Amino acid sequence: MNERKPVGQQNPIETAATRKRTGAKPAKLGRDVQARLGQQLRAMYDEVVNQGVPDRFSELLNRLDANGTSRDKP
Amino acid sequence: MAMDESVRKAILGAVPSLRAFAISLCGNVDRADDLVQETLLRALANIDSFQPGTNMSAWLFTILRNHFRSEYRKRRREVEDSDGHYAETLKTQPEQYGQVEYREFREALSQLPQDQREALVLVGASGFSYEEAANICGCAVGTIKSRVNRARTRLAELMHVNSAEDFGPDEQVRAVLASGE
Repeated sequence: MNERKPVGQQNPIETAATRKRTGAKPAKLGRDVQARLGQQLRAMYDEVVNQGVPDRFSELLNRLDANGTSRDKP
Repeated sequence: MAMDESVRKAILGAVPSLRAFAISLCGNVDRADDLVQETLLRALANIDSFQPGTNMSAWLFTILRNHFRSEYRKRRREVEDSDGHYAETLKTQPEQYGQVEYREFREALSQLPQDQREALVLVGASGFSYEEAANICGCAVGTIKSRVNRARTRLAELMHVNSAEDFGPDEQVRAVLASGE
């Protein structure tokens, strides 16, 4: 039921829709897609980074510091 | 003996990024924070093996990754949690992206094989070079490059994107197109 284009006559500008029909895999991701995936990844990551240092970690370092050495585990 | 102030600063400075990396590894904020805490304890207990002048952040990332590999990997990653607790903790969504797309991306990322996900995060988000990422993961530079490439390709497949126009708010249009075939 899927119509297939003859090999060699495929439209060089593929969309997701045509790719689904032909079942062809993208040879290489376009730079625009890579850039957008990168943006998404950094947005997700930076969301956490922007939360800064939670108190438990600065307190942990203070406690270890007060204990004198890091070998005294709390 | 007090902790060296520069060491303390370097460690605290790395914590936000360590947390982000840990969350991407285990998909759960509470477990990620425990992982970071255990990493810091290990790092301080072995601070003598840190070479001054080298990258403190990369050193901590290496400890965190190794610890995760040896301890946390035994417990299964809770994929279903990536939409619950994680989403709850991250209340503010980046406004420049659609929420649907953002959620789809997180889901797709959580489906990547561990090796690919960590390589992609280290290079694409943590800002490490391929060489640094290879050191952190204990593998060859070429291996990291290939993992990153496969991760990107797989993400695009999972999100059904083949061009930048496939992103965006027109989720319904895409759904209609997909169901009509």
